[in-house]
Amino acid sequence: MSTLTIPHVIPSPQEDCEKLHTAFSGWGTNEGDIIEVVTHRTADQRNAIRWTYHDIYGEDLLKSLDKELTQDFEKAVLLWMLDPIERDVTLVNGAVKKWAPHDRVLVEIAVTRTANELLAVRKAYQEKYKKSLEEDVAAHTTGDFRKLMVPLVSSYRYEGPEVDSGLAKSEAHILRKHIKDEEYNHEEVIRILTTRSKSQLMATFNAYHEEHGNPINKDLKKDPKDDFLFALRSIIRCITCPERYLEKVIRLSMKNTGTDEDALTRVITTRAEVNLKEIKEIYYKRNTVKLEHAIKKDTKGHYEDFLLALVDSDEE
Amino acid sequence: MADETLSLKKAFSGHGGFGVDETTMAAMVTKWRKQPDQKSRFRSDFSGFFTKIGSIEKCEDDYLLRLKTEFSRFKNIMVLWLMHPWERDARWMHHVMHKSYPFTVIVEIACTRTSEELLGAKRAYQALFNHSVEEDVAYHIKESYSKLLVGLVSSFRYEGPQVDNDMAKWEAKALGNVIKSAGSGKLIQNEEVIRILTTRSKRHLKATFKHYKELHGKPIEEDLGANLCLQETVKCIDKPAKYFSEAINIAFKEGADKPSKLSLTRVIISRADVDMEEIKETYHKQFGVKLEDMITKNTHGHYKDTLLTLIGK
Repeated sequence: MSTLTIPHVIPSPQEDCEKLHTAFSGWGTNEGDIIEVVTHRTADQRNAIRWTYHDIYGEDLLKSLDKELTQDFEKAVLLWMLDPIERDVTLVNGAVKKWAPHDRVLVEIAVTRTANELLAVRKAYQEKYKKSLEEDVAAHTTGDFRKLMVPLVSSYRYEGPEVDSGLAKSEAHILRKHIKDEEYNHEEVIRILTTRSKSQLMATFNAYHEEHGNPINKDLKKDPKDDFLFALRSIIRCITCPERYLEKVIRLSMKNTGTDEDALTRVITTRAEVNLKEIKEIYYKRNTVKLEHAIKKDTKGHYEDFLLALVDSDEE
Repeated sequence: MADETLSLKKAFSGHGGFGVDETTMAAMVTKWRKQPDQKSRFRSDFSGFFTKIGSIEKCEDDYLLRLKTEFSRFKNIMVLWLMHPWERDARWMHHVMHKSYPFTVIVEIACTRTSEELLGAKRAYQALFNHSVEEDVAYHIKESYSKLLVGLVSSFRYEGPQVDNDMAKWEAKALGNVIKSAGSGKLIQNEEVIRILTTRSKRHLKATFKHYKELHGKPIEEDLGANLCLQETVKCIDKPAKYFSEAINIAFKEGADKPSKLSLTRVIISRADVDMEEIKETYHKQFGVKLEDMITKNTHGHYKDTLLTLIGK
């Protein structure tokens, strides 16, 4: 569920644009007003603001924001202002261009989005970059990762609830065989993980656990440093428990010294209107500390204010 | 009388030609009304289709099956004509899973339809069969060309005008290198080959094939060996009219098998509103005979009339 708080009386897009424009004018920038407006509007409302701003002032709002803001705060606001599909397109393009085996973004987006959302991302990617997502992923990855990532971003999974339990058992068996033989990159492993429907896969993972004693991810931990195994485990978690997976991404982004702002920004902006509420609940259960508290501790300035405005919901 | 018998035999074509001549059959019923001995003579004259068990006359089972097929050509083409193109493509692809159609039908559909048409077919497939076409192809087809097929069917190719010419040249070179070094059996599973053929836009691939020819002095098809899947993929992407013209030609060949003959209906129905004119020209150039003449000569009845109308005679 969304964590956004929307005011009872929403100003018109014109009023919002005037407030933003005023925030940009003169010396300095009124970041507080910017946060006030953008973090309390839905995606549709934000789109309306962008169009209206362009109509009134003849400039793309995002360009103005780019000029006025800096660093992590700027990155976060710009990402937030994009519509959800554009946002995913920007994120995957960024991930592909600087792809390395430890990349987490492609798996996260390819697997946690619905089949039609992923398809919309592929279409919008083509319009923006004049190439298909698949061809860019194929051109920037190699070896086992290419074998896994190309089908993963090209998948258009069936989304019905039907489950064939005989098939789940036999495919659990196939997975077990290849995992036992450490053939993690085997075609059958990739086929099953990248083509089957999510319902079918959950049944398969359950069958795996029942028939073979361990949850499948436990058997994929042979080498904790292996990026390919990590990718496989991520795929499985994104299918079975996407909110827990995303909680971990957030938690690790604020671990120890330093903060991975990119990861933190990514999850919060992409999930604020989707399931951030559930992720917060898991965070609290897991860490006995509210997510807001962790953000306060780990970030500062306008970036912190921006994140808190998105995360902090009405009920507090 | 001999003439009548001949035309009735021809009407019940069962062999040689496609479809049945419903009009002639109905006319004969009228003509031979209340003349059982005419029919009796016809049966004994029509060897290969009627036989005897002792003194009991019977139809050959084989003939009955063939007759069933020929009678249903008209029914099938009418049903397909009315059907939504997405459902058509989904059902044809589904037939491949259950082995009644050759895998080349999947190459055909994945490579000759536009990205939106292929997407529509995939959605129809999911709605009809509760599985994605990708998972079914990956699961049911376990051949050397499976990876290529899954890649082809998963594609949602860019269709805009932009082509990176330098990249196309580079990939033409890369393909040349792979072809030289890989054994022809291994070519179909080569990652680079699959990547290029299943992810690049069609415009990009046409440019790549053009560069290949300039670089190596011959079209890439000649270097792909006996690899049917690769050959068909290249042909469908680069010269679809040629591909369809050849599929039609195979259907008309002497001794063509059932799936090959079914191509005639499939090609004409699916291309009637798309590139039929180009296919007709290509067919004429390649085989020295007009498509409408081939159809007129080799098909019968309402099936024939429908085909002729569809090709825009």
